Amino acid sequence: MGVRTWIEGWPVYRQALGADRTGRGAAAKSRTSETLTPRTETADEVVKSICPYCAVGCGQDVYVRNGAVTQIEGDPDSPVSRGRLCPKGSASLQLTTGSSRVQQVLYRRPHSDHWEHLDLDTAMDMIADRVIAARRDHWQDEQGGARTRRTMGFASLGGATLDNEENYLIKKLFTALGAVQIENQARV
Amino acid sequence: MAECHPVGFQWVMEAKARGATIIHVDPRFTRTSAMADLHVPLRAGSDIVFLGAIVNHVLSQDKYFRDYVVAYTNAASIVSDDYRDPEDLDGLFSGFDAENRQYDFHTWQYEGREVQAAAAQRDMEYEDRAVRTAGRGEAHGSGGARSGTARTDPTLQHPRCVFQILKRHFQRYTPEMVEQSCGVPPELFARVCDELTRNSGRDRTSAFCYAVGWTQHTVGVQYIRTAAILQALLGNIGRPGGGILALRGHASIQGSTDIPTLFNLLPGYIPMPYAHPDQDLAAFLAAEGTEKGYWANIGAYTTSLLRSWWGDAATADNDYCFDYLPRLTGSHSTYDTVQRQLAGECVGYFLLGENPAVGSGNAKMQRLGMANLDWLVVRDLTMIESATWWQNGPEIETGEMTTADLKTEVFFLPAAAHTEKNGSFTNTQRMLQWHHEAVKPPGEARSDLWFMYHLGRRIRAKLAGSTDDRDRPILDLTWSYPTEGAIEEPSAEAVLAEINGSDADGNPLSSYEQLKDDGSTRCGCWIYCGVRADGVNQAARRKPGREQSWVAPEWGWAWPANRRILYNRAAADPDGRPWSERKALVWWDADEQKWTGHDVPDFPPTKAPDYRPDDDARGPQALSGTDPFIMQDDGKAWLFVPAGLTDGPLPTHYEPQDSPFDNPLYGQQRNPAREVLPLRHPANRMQPSGSEPGAGVFPYVATTYRLTEHHTAGGMSRSLPYLAELQPEFFCEVSPELAAERGLEQLGWATIVSARGVIEARVLVTDRLTPLTVAGRTMHQIGLPYHWGPTGYSTGDAANELTSMSLDPNTHIQESKALACDIRAGRRPRGPARLALLHEYQRRAGITAETGTEI
Repeated sequence: MGVRTWIEGWPVYRQALGADRTGRGAAAKSRTSETLTPRTETADEVVKSICPYCAVGCGQDVYVRNGAVTQIEGDPDSPVSRGRLCPKGSASLQLTTGSSRVQQVLYRRPHSDHWEHLDLDTAMDMIADRVIAARRDHWQDEQGGARTRRTMGFASLGGATLDNEENYLIKKLFTALGAVQIENQARV
Repeated sequence: MAECHPVGFQWVMEAKARGATIIHVDPRFTRTSAMADLHVPLRAGSDIVFLGAIVNHVLSQDKYFRDYVVAYTNAASIVSDDYRDPEDLDGLFSGFDAENRQYDFHTWQYEGREVQAAAAQRDMEYEDRAVRTAGRGEAHGSGGARSGTARTDPTLQHPRCVFQILKRHFQRYTPEMVEQSCGVPPELFARVCDELTRNSGRDRTSAFCYAVGWTQHTVGVQYIRTAAILQALLGNIGRPGGGILALRGHASIQGSTDIPTLFNLLPGYIPMPYAHPDQDLAAFLAAEGTEKGYWANIGAYTTSLLRSWWGDAATADNDYCFDYLPRLTGSHSTYDTVQRQLAGECVGYFLLGENPAVGSGNAKMQRLGMANLDWLVVRDLTMIESATWWQNGPEIETGEMTTADLKTEVFFLPAAAHTEKNGSFTNTQRMLQWHHEAVKPPGEARSDLWFMYHLGRRIRAKLAGSTDDRDRPILDLTWSYPTEGAIEEPSAEAVLAEINGSDADGNPLSSYEQLKDDGSTRCGCWIYCGVRADGVNQAARRKPGREQSWVAPEWGWAWPANRRILYNRAAADPDGRPWSERKALVWWDADEQKWTGHDVPDFPPTKAPDYRPDDDARGPQALSGTDPFIMQDDGKAWLFVPAGLTDGPLPTHYEPQDSPFDNPLYGQQRNPAREVLPLRHPANRMQPSGSEPGAGVFPYVATTYRLTEHHTAGGMSRSLPYLAELQPEFFCEVSPELAAERGLEQLGWATIVSARGVIEARVLVTDRLTPLTVAGRTMHQIGLPYHWGPTGYSTGDAANELTSMSLDPNTHIQESKALACDIRAGRRPRGPARLALLHEYQRRAGITAETGTEI
């Protein structure tokens, strides 16, 4: 590196002699930052999505590279949001790929003071058994002379953060099992 | 709106740039107030006085849109001679049954014709309607004729017509009452009235936006009803720029109401059946349906749903398996469920993306309920308080619970994110938008579609071969969806196809008009019929907004039938012409003999404005060409509600459950029909109010709210470093005056106490909160964002430790937007001392199990 190049590498030199007199643009750029490209440019594909937070329903573009989500941006095509996202929507990359996400099934035994891992298949089987038992033990054929054909043994809460198709299966399955205590955040 | 729906608020700013006046009515000054032309701070819990006084202003100053009101509302309908108003009965309507705390609403009906509600509580008249229609007995009670014609007086002069009843009902809702009860000065109130009425009528429309600041009250439904009355009087419904717009807080909270994970509904707002002796499908439909309008077709909607669920097992001979549906007996809301958990009757619980240990009213009661379960399944993205209360909940700290004593078995199943699954969200404007899977879920994370499908599959396999009659509904259920990939993810598109519905040959339907009650059609949710018209996923349409008209009909799909503004027939005058060119939306094309316009007409497309039904017409054909409200039994917007509401046909001001003030209008202090749960649990004590002894112990009013940077109970935000850094901990907002009165220091700590709990928060002293003069004295309000709990990067006490389980009787929603409390400087006590402080407050206020539970 020659002396001239070295001196020109100083941001203050570029700020004093270049066009960027406030030092907030080109003058402040390092050699490294000059060669950076946004993650959005190197994505393999852009998948159309919708923000999962509030009910405005802003459009999202999900950038994917090598099978992983690398960036989430507002969708400029959306007539709802015109490309904008709020602080929460802008943070949804962290929501979906952040280290806070639990990726294993966890199980707390009765009276235990800790979690342990359970494989998904075992957990599903145990849950199915518990639903069948709770349903049976708290079954009610009638009340006050009127047929009720239901179980009060288990309840479900949630759905407002889920898809329509998911809510449909929740309502359909639990109703067919005779459960009536099926609720979600719309009540709250 | 700028805080909680910031991207939606850009349209408010667009309107402002075009000259619209923005009025923000809120106890707190927020980012919305900062951008508004007018901010009106008022006492939390006094909105019916405020809105009712605007109704009074509109009526007494003749500011209503008379042509609209006469043609499109029930202003002219004459009400039963037996009706008595709260003006006559000191705060009660006629028909109150004090023993059961509920109304018999027969006296609220029209004279000459008994109507059924299009929504809300439709079982109230079951005996009358089902029994009489089925010809199995005489009518009970004093209800009028089911069919026939209600008497009307289009001059609006009859003393018992709705218009005159409305005038009398609101006559004492005056600017002086607003000043005394809401703390809003008369000049400010006059400006609101002036701006609103000036901007309504033939050429102009005004919109009301609201959120849970209106719903979370013991009179929440009636808040919105008051706005509905105003908007109907001003001609602001069914027209562009008008409406009452609920700003909902979750991506698909609208969808989870339409396809309801709610106890009292079936998909498409078909009511869940209540238990009645000898109830068959015909009796149910007779009781719940209407005679006129589209709800008369409830048979087609219900039969198609039953066929969708039970397929070929559902036949005409077996009533399409109607008997397979479990029956309700009263309320089974989430708050009732907590009581059943405490009673040991409900032993298993699924939490599917919801965090009641922080987000529901009286968070402690939620945890106590969960601690009495045999098993709990939590499905979420991150560890939330509802999964960890046995480890680090507040009761562990106070010593009320010991981990080793807690019997509940807890399963935590990681959920898939929205980027990891296909599916549709229904946004707050009823628009379905499809999101596509971008990647597979990590590890053992799965979608709830996967969880429900495979759980159902396993249960069915375990019960296969059962001869028990109670297993027929689950074994006969249509439960076969194609799966994809190594994890066998069910096809969301296939589920959407079932929701959309199909004809006898399996072809996709395109409109609910095609649904039949003869079993030949299937449809999982009749209002969503058409979302897969022609076999195409209409919710996935993404024609850029800039390439479309301002209605943008080719982006997503709005129910019903892709109509973007409901009841838009009202955008034209009775003759079918736009009320004004400026506000044209949908109109009658006389040459083509059909309705046309910018939006899809929400009206039978070829029904002419001069159409008049025959006397024996039923269903949609029984409504005339000038009846825009096609779901209603009389085609009108209801200023006065003759059926469907449990707490009165007109909004009436009642004080919140816990209030520092007496009701200034009536002897009746609180909503007499509000739900105070039968279980008198020590963790759900109520407070004395107004001039009752001990009320002074809780002199301030707290209101909960949300921040831009967090989401509801924090499960999707407190675990994100970006958001946690933006709003790092729980705080309370207090005015400088209250800070001085209680010695609270900026960034110091405050302890806030109600009869339910003791919490601490950082203090934000700000003039965003203004002391108001109410009932002649200064009153202070405290703002409490409710996002926090002990887990995540950003932690704090939950504001819902303070709220109670006192509920709106229509919606069963808790009152968390107005509650009396105390505030003191310093941190709260730790350990058992926290409970001791609570008990000291309860003693000082003289609180017993009965306090505040009287009618």
